[in-house]
Amino acid sequence: MSLVRIESVEKHFGDNHVLRGVSTEVAKGDIVALVGRSGSGKSTLLRCVNGLETIGSGRIVVDGVDVHAPSTDLALLRQRVGMVFQSFNLFPHLSASANVTLAPVLTKKITRDEAPALARQMLERVGLGQKLDAMPSQLSGGQQQRVAIARALAMSPQLMLFDEATSALDPELVGEVLRVMEDLAREGMTMMVVTHEMAFARRVASEVLFMNQGRIWERGTPERMFGAPQTPEFQQFVQSVV
Amino acid sequence: MRSLSIADLWLILGAIRWTVALALTALVIGSVIALGIAVARTSRHAWLRVVARIYVELVQGTPLLGVLFLLYFGVPMLMGIQIDAFTAATIAFSLSAGAFLGEIWRGSVESVSKGQWEAAACVGLRRWHVMRHVVWPQAARVALAPTVSYLVQLIKNTSLAALVGLVELTRSGQIVAGSTLAHLPVFCGVALCYFAICYPLARLALSLEGRMHVARAH
Repeated sequence: MSLVRIESVEKHFGDNHVLRGVSTEVAKGDIVALVGRSGSGKSTLLRCVNGLETIGSGRIVVDGVDVHAPSTDLALLRQRVGMVFQSFNLFPHLSASANVTLAPVLTKKITRDEAPALARQMLERVGLGQKLDAMPSQLSGGQQQRVAIARALAMSPQLMLFDEATSALDPELVGEVLRVMEDLAREGMTMMVVTHEMAFARRVASEVLFMNQGRIWERGTPERMFGAPQTPEFQQFVQSVV
Repeated sequence: MRSLSIADLWLILGAIRWTVALALTALVIGSVIALGIAVARTSRHAWLRVVARIYVELVQGTPLLGVLFLLYFGVPMLMGIQIDAFTAATIAFSLSAGAFLGEIWRGSVESVSKGQWEAAACVGLRRWHVMRHVVWPQAARVALAPTVSYLVQLIKNTSLAALVGLVELTRSGQIVAGSTLAHLPVFCGVALCYFAICYPLARLALSLEGRMHVARAH
């Protein structure tokens, strides 16, 4: 059974028709890369999956929960769906450890006594075991993004959403974040990744979705997509980014 | 007419305690009101936002002195009870501080970026926890400097209470000047007293603001 089912989703921002009948499924363990030009709807689609954005019509079901049903407890759902943002959005007044353990403690996943061990475990997992007490302002962009990943992982999510996680980083810091994401993929995490890193999509994704004008314009395995792009729009896109 | 004496100096210095007491009481009660206003103004419930906005606009749209007169002279006519000058001034200044501080704090809450709300929501926190652990601590840092600045305004504005006969700093100056006719030295002295209280606070506000900018530049 699929972990995420997206059925005929439509969405408007005012007059702007951003999602036009998008349907897809993500099975457990899948790594879905969403690629496309800015404004193609890929980030919006991702934000609809955990209810950060509402939808006009259609349905999104995550782990058996209809995300946009009025009765849905979004906070409860989001405890199982991690999200990583382009701009990190670490809590600037909290140390790296406290960023990681705030939600697990408040949602009573762990006790306060268990927090230091969890912080250490999660930050070591992203290679930041030395930065437990660092404040976000003392960390580089790449380190901040890895703390943000650790923060999401601390809730033991079923699904991770990455919204252009490396787009705000200096080029030399992109690699360290991509490596952490690759590790996660190898461990079997289900991931939906909006990205401009084509090499990453090619290497890690199990499926690539090319979005254009609010639609899934072309889809397939990375080998097929990058080896033999079919639509002229995707051919152009691939040429422009490689 | 008599000449200035040391007793006059003691009268004026002693009156400082009423100025400070009035400002601090209004700050404390006003903060409680302001907290309610800030929470209501950033609430998800429309009716709370409306009620808070009406309060703020009523208070900001009426002169403080008018409210003070209403409480001190008007209420006794209406209800047949006389409130003393300090109580009337405390109520008037608290109502005012509640509105102005409430707006400062609302602005501080709204200055916390949308990304912070989203990040907190995305780790599964409920709204109360988002507010309590993510938004308010950041808003408090933003609010600190303007809150101290407002306290400076409040201290100076307490001189209005002289007009209902509370013998605070300004009123004590009037009394001394009235009997000695030494208006110039007396009011220079009174001004100096206000300055001595307000200047350190104003400097504090400035340095807090500077520290804020440094913290944000990182």
